Amino acid sequence: MSLVRAENLAKTYRVGDIDVPAIKGIDFAIEAGSFVAFVGPSGSGKSTLLNLIGCLDHPTSGTLKVLDTDIATLDRRAAARFRGEHIGFVFQDFNLIPVLTVFENVEYPLRMVQKWPVEKRRAQVLRLLDAVGMADQANKRPDQISGGQKQRVAVARALVSQPKLVLADEPTANLDHDTAYRILELMKKMRDEFKTTFVFSTHDPKIMGEAEATFTLEDGRLANGGSHV
Amino acid sequence: MFDILGIASRNLLRYRRRTTLTLLLIVIGMVAVLLFIAVAGSFKSMMVGQITDSIIGHLQVHRKGYVASIDSLPLNLNMKPQMVAKVEEALKANPTVETWSPRVKFGGMFSNFAETTSIRVTGIDPAREAATVPLLPGRMVEGEKTGALVAKGQIVIPLLLSRGMKTKVGDTVVVVATNRDGSVNGKTFVVRGILESISGPGGRDGYIHIDDAKELLRMTEAEVSEIAVRLKDFSRLGQVETQLKQVLGGLTNKEGKPVLEVHTWADLSPFSSLARMIDLMTLFIKVVLVSIVLVSVMNVMIMAVFERIREIGTIAAIGTPPSRILSLFLAEGLMLGIVGTVAGTLLSLAAIVGINLWSPTFAFGQQQNLVMAPTIAAGDVLTIAVLVVIVAIIASLQPAWKASRMDPIQALRHV
Ligand SMILES: Nc1ncnc2c1ncn2[C@@H]1O[C@H](COP(=O)(O)OP(=O)(O)OP(=O)(O)O)[C@@H](O)[C@H]1O
Ligand SMILES: [Mg+2]
Repeated sequence: MSLVRAENLAKTYRVGDIDVPAIKGIDFAIEAGSFVAFVGPSGSGKSTLLNLIGCLDHPTSGTLKVLDTDIATLDRRAAARFRGEHIGFVFQDFNLIPVLTVFENVEYPLRMVQKWPVEKRRAQVLRLLDAVGMADQANKRPDQISGGQKQRVAVARALVSQPKLVLADEPTANLDHDTAYRILELMKKMRDEFKTTFVFSTHDPKIMGEAEATFTLEDGRLANGGSHV
Repeated sequence: MFDILGIASRNLLRYRRRTTLTLLLIVIGMVAVLLFIAVAGSFKSMMVGQITDSIIGHLQVHRKGYVASIDSLPLNLNMKPQMVAKVEEALKANPTVETWSPRVKFGGMFSNFAETTSIRVTGIDPAREAATVPLLPGRMVEGEKTGALVAKGQIVIPLLLSRGMKTKVGDTVVVVATNRDGSVNGKTFVVRGILESISGPGGRDGYIHIDDAKELLRMTEAEVSEIAVRLKDFSRLGQVETQLKQVLGGLTNKEGKPVLEVHTWADLSPFSSLARMIDLMTLFIKVVLVSIVLVSVMNVMIMAVFERIREIGTIAAIGTPPSRILSLFLAEGLMLGIVGTVAGTLLSLAAIVGINLWSPTFAFGQQQNLVMAPTIAAGDVLTIAVLVVIVAIIASLQPAWKASRMDPIQALRHV
């Protein structure tokens, strides 16, 4: 059974009176435990697709099932709960909460989204910080660490509540090449360690190579059926 | 460690200057209101106290129609002994009434054997009068403050009259009055004391013994012009007024018309409108406070939400329930309100204590050197504090609601 399955999935934005088709009826499946990239030029629909998979948006037509849930059926609150339980997010701009320390940022999903007991929470945060190599920076504020370090913390935050799926829209676009490469290595290592599925997007050809499978988007359509590297 | 309040307080501290300015506004507003309530309130109760406790009493009972023509002190509108007895019966039966004092009032001529002028005189039972208007003996500027207010054959005259007529304590004077039948009678008195004049009706009256008044006016029976009443609990004035009006209003003459009327100090004194004005101004300044808190907190919260749109998008995307996002921002407004309230209250109380230590004086009417001693009831402080906190929460409601309804995709794209 696939973790994510799209059938004739389409998303059309409406700007004023004009329809802007961003995803034009695509089919694909993502298997559990895979490390998948959506690639394509700017405006090809990568972010739109990741937002749909992440239950942040609703499809215009077709179906999209994530963990066997038809995401079109989720209302705002249910979608928020679903994301909090099953999906982790890594953002292009890291998006750590500036008033919280590294430790607290990783702790946030266990405290403000889910309700883990203190001791379990602490152990889990430390485990994740250790896994991403940030344990020694736990008490620093986000503005006291580098971009690469921030993204490591973000990866830890995305994984801390043990989601089935982690989505990362251009996670390396704001990092230099070496750092970007190391973040992808880290994500892959985390996938192995935590048995999570990673789906990310990029338009950087060098980064694409890190994926185990790539879907190439071109103007809202899939140019390949999901080629395995 | 952090939770909703923790995150809220850190966000407030993140923009220290802005938070401080907002708090400053709340504090200034609170200090202004609490000081005004304290100062105006003490002025008001002092003013009301002067009027009720040195002249009028809390309530007065007259024969129907007396108050309408009170300026001429009509002798034909006095209460007859059997009416007085009925009134006293009703007063005795009311548990809130502390005591009362029957008075005979009339206008006459005052002569020091060289000059003559007009005078308004109140005939009193000295002990009962002192019990009903306890501040009256204190107004004595010359003559003994202690002892009976006035004995038979004595008169207490107002300061203005004593100055104008160059009359001193111990001088012998004559009071001439026309009785209700139109015949004139005179009687000599020894000046027992001089009273400080005070603003308001009755503030420039002379006092003689009620028996002398009866004699001077050649009354055949013990008539009374008015009965001044003192209550045990001034705050129950309205209640007692209603009760007395019910009981005494039921007394009617042969034509079935009521024979008595009951008035409170406020009905009888022009200063009641001043007291009402103070209440109105207090309300007005409270409205200003509410507006200040509302606008400043709302302003700062709208800015807080606007600045943190991406942050809101982030926490919404990773699954924070909308209700918790709402609480996060409400908590910020709440904390602004609470911190501002606590600081404002402490500062106000300190200022009130300071004024009491400094004890500035002011004048009210003829009276100089009244000491300003502002006090504030715990209930007033609590009301204002709760008001400010509630307004702060209300002011954050709209921005917080907006934050909780934000679409994560759009919020995350915000630059
Ligand atoms: N909210 C929106 N309203 C209208 N049109 C939109 C909206 N979001 C995206 N689009 C349009 O949909 C298409 C796909 O956009 P999308 O952001 O998914 O592309 P992308 O592949 O992520 O591009 P990039 O690499 O620049 O991030 C584009 O034509 C874009 O202009
Ligand atoms: Mg994009």
